[in-house]
Amino acid sequence: MPTIVVEVMPKAVLLDPQGKAVTGALHRLGKAQFSEVRIGKRFELTVDGPVDDALLAEVQTLADDMFSNSVIEDVVSITVLDDAHQDQA
Amino acid sequence: MRVGVITFPGSLDDRDAQRAVRIAGAEPVALWHGEHDLHGVDAIVLPGGFSYGDYLRCGAIAAHSPIMSEVIDAANAGMPVLGICNGFQMLAEAHLLDGGLIRNDHGNFICRDQRLQVENISTAWTNGFQQDQEITIPLKNGEGGFIADQETINRLEGEGQVVFRYVEVNPNGSLNDIAGVSNARGNVVGLMPHPEHAVEEGFGPDTRLAMRSGTDGLTFFTSAIASFVSA
Repeated sequence: MPTIVVEVMPKAVLLDPQGKAVTGALHRLGKAQFSEVRIGKRFELTVDGPVDDALLAEVQTLADDMFSNSVIEDVVSITVLDDAHQDQA
Repeated sequence: MRVGVITFPGSLDDRDAQRAVRIAGAEPVALWHGEHDLHGVDAIVLPGGFSYGDYLRCGAIAAHSPIMSEVIDAANAGMPVLGICNGFQMLAEAHLLDGGLIRNDHGNFICRDQRLQVENISTAWTNGFQQDQEITIPLKNGEGGFIADQETINRLEGEGQVVFRYVEVNPNGSLNDIAGVSNARGNVVGLMPHPEHAVEEGFGPDTRLAMRSGTDGLTFFTSAIASFVSA
Protein backbone atom coordinates (compact mmCIF):
# COMPACT_ATOMS: atom_id res chain seq x y z
CA MET A 1 0.00 0.00 0.00
CA PRO A 2 1.33 3.44 -0.83
CA THR A 3 2.28 5.81 1.94
CA ILE A 4 2.14 9.57 1.70
CA VAL A 5 4.63 11.41 3.86
CA VAL A 6 3.96 14.96 4.98
CA GLU A 7 6.72 16.89 6.71
CA VAL A 8 6.04 20.01 8.76
CA MET A 9 8.61 22.35 10.33
CA PRO A 10 8.28 25.31 12.68
CA LYS A 11 8.72 28.54 10.75
CA ALA A 12 12.37 29.46 10.38
CA VAL A 13 11.85 32.93 11.84
CA LEU A 14 10.28 31.58 15.03
CA LEU A 15 11.89 30.28 18.15
CA ASP A 16 11.82 26.46 18.26
CA PRO A 17 12.13 25.78 22.01
CA GLN A 18 12.44 22.00 21.49
CA GLY A 19 15.24 22.42 18.99
CA LYS A 20 16.92 24.97 21.22
CA ALA A 21 16.87 22.52 24.15
CA VAL A 22 18.42 19.75 22.00
CA THR A 23 21.02 22.19 20.65
CA GLY A 24 21.96 22.98 24.23
CA ALA A 25 22.24 19.27 25.07
CA LEU A 26 24.50 18.65 22.05
CA HIS A 27 26.75 21.47 23.08
CA ARG A 28 26.97 20.10 26.62
CA LEU A 29 28.10 16.80 25.02
CA GLY A 30 30.86 18.63 23.24
CA LYS A 31 29.19 18.47 19.81
CA ALA A 32 29.70 22.14 19.10
CA GLN A 33 29.97 21.53 15.35
CA PHE A 34 26.15 21.46 15.24
CA SER A 35 25.23 25.09 15.58
CA GLU A 36 21.48 24.58 15.50
CA VAL A 37 18.84 21.83 15.71
CA ARG A 38 15.28 22.36 14.57
CA ILE A 39 12.59 19.77 15.25
CA GLY A 40 9.58 19.20 13.02
CA LYS A 41 6.95 16.57 12.42
CA ARG A 42 6.56 13.74 9.94
CA PHE A 43 3.11 12.33 9.13
CA GLU A 44 2.84 8.97 7.35
CA LEU A 45 -0.55 8.40 5.73
CA THR A 46 -1.22 4.86 4.58
CA VAL A 47 -3.57 4.85 1.62
CA ASP A 48 -6.07 2.17 0.65
CA GLY A 49 -6.02 2.33 -3.12
CA PRO A 50 -4.22 4.31 -5.76
CA VAL A 51 -2.62 7.70 -5.25
CA ASP A 52 -3.85 10.12 -7.88
CA ASP A 53 -3.75 13.86 -8.32
CA ALA A 54 -7.10 14.32 -6.60
CA LEU A 55 -5.89 12.45 -3.52
CA LEU A 56 -2.64 14.42 -3.44
CA ALA A 57 -4.63 17.63 -3.68
CA GLU A 58 -6.68 16.47 -0.70
CA VAL A 59 -3.52 15.69 1.25
CA GLN A 60 -2.18 19.15 0.41
CA THR A 61 -5.38 20.68 1.83
CA LEU A 62 -5.17 18.53 4.95
CA ALA A 63 -1.49 19.37 5.36
CA ASP A 64 -2.28 23.08 5.17
CA ASP A 65 -5.43 23.04 7.30
CA MET A 66 -4.86 20.35 9.90
CA PHE A 67 -1.37 18.84 10.00
CA SER A 68 0.14 22.32 10.16
CA ASN A 69 -0.81 25.76 11.44
CA SER A 70 0.39 28.31 8.93
CA VAL A 71 0.83 30.90 11.68
CA ILE A 72 3.63 28.90 13.28
CA GLU A 73 4.61 26.14 10.81
CA ASP A 74 5.38 25.41 7.17
CA VAL A 75 4.59 22.26 5.17
CA VAL A 76 8.02 21.51 3.72
CA SER A 77 7.28 18.39 1.68
CA ILE A 78 4.62 15.93 0.57
CA THR A 79 6.09 12.69 -0.78
CA VAL A 80 4.61 9.41 -1.98
CA LEU A 81 6.48 6.28 -0.88
CA ASP A 82 5.62 3.37 -3.15
CA ASP A 83 7.47 1.17 -5.64
CA ALA A 84 5.47 2.68 -8.46
CA HIS A 85 5.36 6.23 -7.14
CA GLN A 86 8.83 7.26 -6.06
CA ASP A 87 9.07 10.78 -4.77
CA GLN A 88 5.98 12.23 -6.31
CA ALA A 89 4.94 15.46 -4.73
CA MET B 1 -28.58 34.40 30.76
CA ARG B 2 -27.35 30.92 29.82
CA VAL B 3 -23.61 30.41 29.27
CA GLY B 4 -22.45 27.21 27.61
CA VAL B 5 -19.19 25.58 28.71
CA ILE B 6 -17.94 23.02 26.22
CA THR B 7 -16.26 19.90 27.52
CA PHE B 8 -13.69 18.25 25.22
CA PRO B 9 -11.78 15.03 25.88
CA GLY B 10 -9.04 16.27 28.21
CA SER B 11 -10.74 19.46 29.38
CA LEU B 12 -9.86 20.14 33.02
CA ASP B 13 -11.38 23.47 33.96
CA ASP B 14 -14.85 23.03 32.52
CA ARG B 15 -16.47 22.68 35.94
CA ASP B 16 -14.49 25.62 37.29
CA ALA B 17 -15.81 27.69 34.40
CA GLN B 18 -19.37 26.51 35.12
CA ARG B 19 -18.89 27.53 38.76
CA ALA B 20 -17.60 30.95 37.71
CA VAL B 21 -20.66 31.47 35.51
CA ARG B 22 -22.93 30.50 38.41
CA ILE B 23 -21.17 32.77 40.92
CA ALA B 24 -21.40 35.65 38.42
CA GLY B 25 -25.17 35.18 38.33
CA ALA B 26 -25.81 33.32 35.09
CA GLU B 27 -26.87 29.77 34.36
CA PRO B 28 -24.07 27.43 33.21
CA VAL B 29 -24.97 24.90 30.52
CA ALA B 30 -22.68 21.91 30.00
CA LEU B 31 -22.08 21.34 26.28
CA TRP B 32 -20.39 18.33 24.69
CA HIS B 33 -17.78 18.55 21.93
CA GLY B 34 -19.29 15.69 19.93
CA GLU B 35 -22.68 17.32 19.41
CA HIS B 36 -23.81 19.78 16.78
CA ASP B 37 -25.96 21.62 19.33
CA LEU B 38 -25.37 24.75 21.43
CA HIS B 39 -28.66 24.19 23.33
CA GLY B 40 -29.70 27.80 22.79
CA VAL B 41 -27.01 29.37 24.99
CA ASP B 42 -26.30 33.11 24.94
CA ALA B 43 -22.52 32.90 25.33
CA ILE B 44 -19.83 30.23 25.19
CA VAL B 45 -16.72 29.44 27.23
CA LEU B 46 -14.02 27.15 25.84
CA PRO B 47 -12.29 25.95 29.02
CA GLY B 48 -8.70 25.16 29.88
CA GLY B 49 -7.13 21.75 29.99
CA PHE B 50 -5.24 19.47 27.65
CA SER B 51 -7.74 18.46 24.99
CA TYR B 52 -6.57 15.35 23.15
CA GLY B 53 -3.42 15.38 25.28
CA ASP B 54 -2.13 18.40 23.33
CA TYR B 55 -1.47 15.96 20.45
CA LEU B 56 -0.69 17.47 17.02
CA ARG B 57 -0.74 21.04 18.41
CA CYS B 58 -2.46 22.39 21.51
CA GLY B 59 -6.15 22.82 20.71
CA ALA B 60 -5.75 21.69 17.10
CA ILE B 61 -7.79 18.49 17.23
CA ALA B 62 -10.46 20.08 19.43
CA ALA B 63 -10.74 22.93 16.91
CA HIS B 64 -12.00 20.33 14.43
CA SER B 65 -14.64 18.95 16.84
CA PRO B 66 -18.24 18.66 15.63
CA ILE B 67 -19.51 21.45 17.93
CA MET B 68 -16.86 23.89 16.68
CA SER B 69 -18.74 24.45 13.43
CA GLU B 70 -21.65 25.80 15.53
CA VAL B 71 -19.24 27.79 17.70
CA ILE B 72 -17.65 29.38 14.63
CA ASP B 73 -21.06 30.30 13.19
CA ALA B 74 -22.21 31.74 16.54
CA ALA B 75 -18.97 33.70 16.99
CA ASN B 76 -19.27 35.14 13.50
CA ALA B 77 -22.85 36.13 14.33
CA GLY B 78 -21.65 38.08 17.38
CA MET B 79 -22.17 35.70 20.28
CA PRO B 80 -19.71 36.29 23.17
CA VAL B 81 -17.08 33.54 23.16
CA LEU B 82 -14.29 33.29 25.75
CA GLY B 83 -11.35 30.94 25.29
CA ILE B 84 -9.24 30.29 28.38
CA CYS B 85 -5.78 28.73 28.01
CA ASN B 86 -6.47 25.58 25.96
CA GLY B 87 -9.67 27.32 24.83
CA PHE B 88 -7.56 30.24 23.58
CA GLN B 89 -5.40 27.76 21.68
CA MET B 90 -8.57 26.29 20.12
CA LEU B 91 -9.81 29.74 19.04
CA ALA B 92 -6.44 30.43 17.41
CA GLU B 93 -6.48 27.04 15.69
CA ALA B 94 -10.04 27.67 14.51
CA HIS B 95 -8.90 31.06 13.09
CA LEU B 96 -11.43 32.92 15.23
CA LEU B 97 -8.47 34.78 16.75
CA ASP B 98 -5.20 35.85 15.17
CA GLY B 99 -1.83 34.47 16.12
CA GLY B 100 -0.69 31.18 17.55
CA LEU B 101 0.56 29.72 20.83
CA ILE B 102 3.88 27.91 21.03
CA ARG B 103 5.92 26.27 23.77
CA ASN B 104 7.10 28.68 26.48
CA ASP B 105 10.46 30.16 25.48
CA HIS B 106 12.13 28.83 28.65
CA GLY B 107 10.82 25.32 27.98
CA ASN B 108 9.16 24.86 31.37
CA PHE B 109 5.55 24.60 32.47
CA ILE B 110 4.74 27.65 34.58
CA CYS B 111 2.13 28.16 37.29
CA ARG B 112 1.87 31.51 39.05
CA ASP B 113 -0.50 34.26 40.08
CA GLN B 114 -0.05 36.64 37.15
CA ARG B 115 -0.57 40.37 36.99
CA LEU B 116 -2.22 41.65 33.83
CA GLN B 117 -3.21 45.00 32.48
CA VAL B 118 -6.65 45.20 30.88
CA GLU B 119 -6.11 47.32 27.78
CA ASN B 120 -9.44 47.00 26.01
CA ILE B 121 -12.61 47.38 28.05
CA SER B 122 -15.02 47.44 25.12
CA THR B 123 -15.13 43.65 24.60
CA ALA B 124 -18.01 41.44 25.70
CA TRP B 125 -15.80 39.95 28.43
CA THR B 126 -14.03 43.08 29.77
CA ASN B 127 -16.63 45.88 29.80
CA GLY B 128 -16.79 45.79 33.61
CA PHE B 129 -13.11 46.69 34.03
CA GLN B 130 -11.60 50.17 34.09
CA GLN B 131 -9.24 51.15 31.29
CA ASP B 132 -5.71 49.86 32.04
CA GLN B 133 -6.88 48.25 35.28
CA GLU B 134 -4.34 45.85 36.75
CA ILE B 135 -5.69 42.46 37.78
CA THR B 136 -4.19 39.26 39.17
CA ILE B 137 -5.39 35.83 38.10
CA PRO B 138 -3.70 32.42 37.95
CA LEU B 139 -1.64 31.36 34.94
CA LYS B 140 -0.66 27.75 34.24
CA ASN B 141 0.63 26.61 30.90
CA GLY B 142 3.45 24.97 29.02
CA GLU B 143 2.63 26.37 25.60
CA GLY B 144 1.50 29.94 26.13
CA GLY B 145 3.92 31.88 23.97
CA PHE B 146 1.79 34.16 21.79
CA ILE B 147 3.26 34.75 18.35
CA ALA B 148 2.16 36.24 15.06
CA ASP B 149 3.89 37.86 12.12
CA GLN B 150 4.84 41.52 12.48
CA GLU B 151 1.99 42.72 10.28
CA THR B 152 -0.56 40.90 12.46
CA ILE B 153 1.05 42.20 15.66
CA ASN B 154 0.92 45.75 14.30
CA ARG B 155 -2.74 45.36 13.39
CA LEU B 156 -3.70 43.86 16.77
CA GLU B 157 -1.87 46.69 18.55
CA GLY B 158 -3.26 49.36 16.25
CA GLU B 159 -6.86 48.18 16.42
CA GLY B 160 -6.91 47.73 20.20
CA GLN B 161 -7.26 43.97 19.91
CA VAL B 162 -4.60 43.38 22.54
CA VAL B 163 -6.99 42.97 25.45
CA PHE B 164 -4.58 41.78 28.17
CA ARG B 165 -0.87 42.37 28.61
CA TYR B 166 1.46 40.70 31.11
CA VAL B 167 2.75 43.07 33.79
CA GLU B 168 6.18 42.75 35.48
CA VAL B 169 6.83 39.21 34.27
CA ASN B 170 6.44 37.85 30.76
CA PRO B 171 5.94 34.22 31.78
CA ASN B 172 6.25 32.51 28.40
CA GLY B 173 7.98 34.69 25.83
CA SER B 174 4.80 36.10 24.29
CA LEU B 175 5.50 38.83 21.74
CA ASN B 176 4.84 42.34 23.09
CA ASP B 177 3.89 40.72 26.44
CA ILE B 178 0.51 39.84 24.91
CA ALA B 179 -1.60 37.71 27.28
CA GLY B 180 -4.92 37.86 25.45
CA VAL B 181 -6.51 39.19 22.27
CA SER B 182 -9.94 39.72 20.76
CA ASN B 183 -11.39 39.55 17.28
CA ALA B 184 -12.14 42.82 15.50
CA ARG B 185 -15.73 42.82 16.72
CA GLY B 186 -14.76 42.25 20.36
CA ASN B 187 -17.16 39.38 21.01
CA VAL B 188 -14.46 36.69 20.84
CA VAL B 189 -11.72 36.93 23.47
CA GLY B 190 -8.93 34.50 24.29
CA LEU B 191 -6.25 34.59 26.96
CA MET B 192 -3.77 32.19 28.53
CA PRO B 193 -4.39 33.07 32.24
CA HIS B 194 -7.41 31.67 34.06
CA PRO B 195 -10.12 34.09 35.25
CA GLU B 196 -12.35 31.21 36.35
CA HIS B 197 -9.90 30.41 39.18
CA ALA B 198 -10.31 33.88 40.72
CA VAL B 199 -14.03 34.28 41.31
CA GLU B 200 -14.59 33.46 44.97
CA GLU B 201 -12.87 34.63 48.14
CA GLY B 202 -10.99 31.80 49.79
CA PHE B 203 -10.17 30.13 46.47
CA GLY B 204 -8.39 32.82 44.46
CA PRO B 205 -4.92 34.36 44.32
CA ASP B 206 -3.48 36.07 47.39
CA THR B 207 -4.07 39.80 47.72
CA ARG B 208 -2.62 42.42 50.03
CA LEU B 209 -5.79 42.10 52.11
CA ALA B 210 -5.91 38.37 52.70
CA MET B 211 -4.73 35.01 51.45
CA ARG B 212 -6.62 33.63 48.44
CA SER B 213 -9.05 36.52 48.44
CA GLY B 214 -8.53 37.59 44.81
CA THR B 215 -11.67 37.69 42.69
CA ASP B 216 -10.48 39.71 39.69
CA GLY B 217 -11.66 36.97 37.32
CA LEU B 218 -15.30 37.43 38.24
CA THR B 219 -15.54 40.60 36.15
CA PHE B 220 -15.01 38.58 32.94
CA PHE B 221 -18.26 36.77 33.57
CA THR B 222 -20.26 39.68 34.95
CA SER B 223 -19.13 41.67 31.89
CA ALA B 224 -20.63 39.05 29.58
CA ILE B 225 -23.87 39.18 31.57
CA ALA B 226 -23.91 42.98 31.35
CA SER B 227 -23.36 42.94 27.59
CA PHE B 228 -26.17 40.39 27.25
CA VAL B 229 -28.59 42.45 29.35
CA SER B 230 -27.82 45.63 27.43
CA ALA B 231 -28.10 43.91 24.03
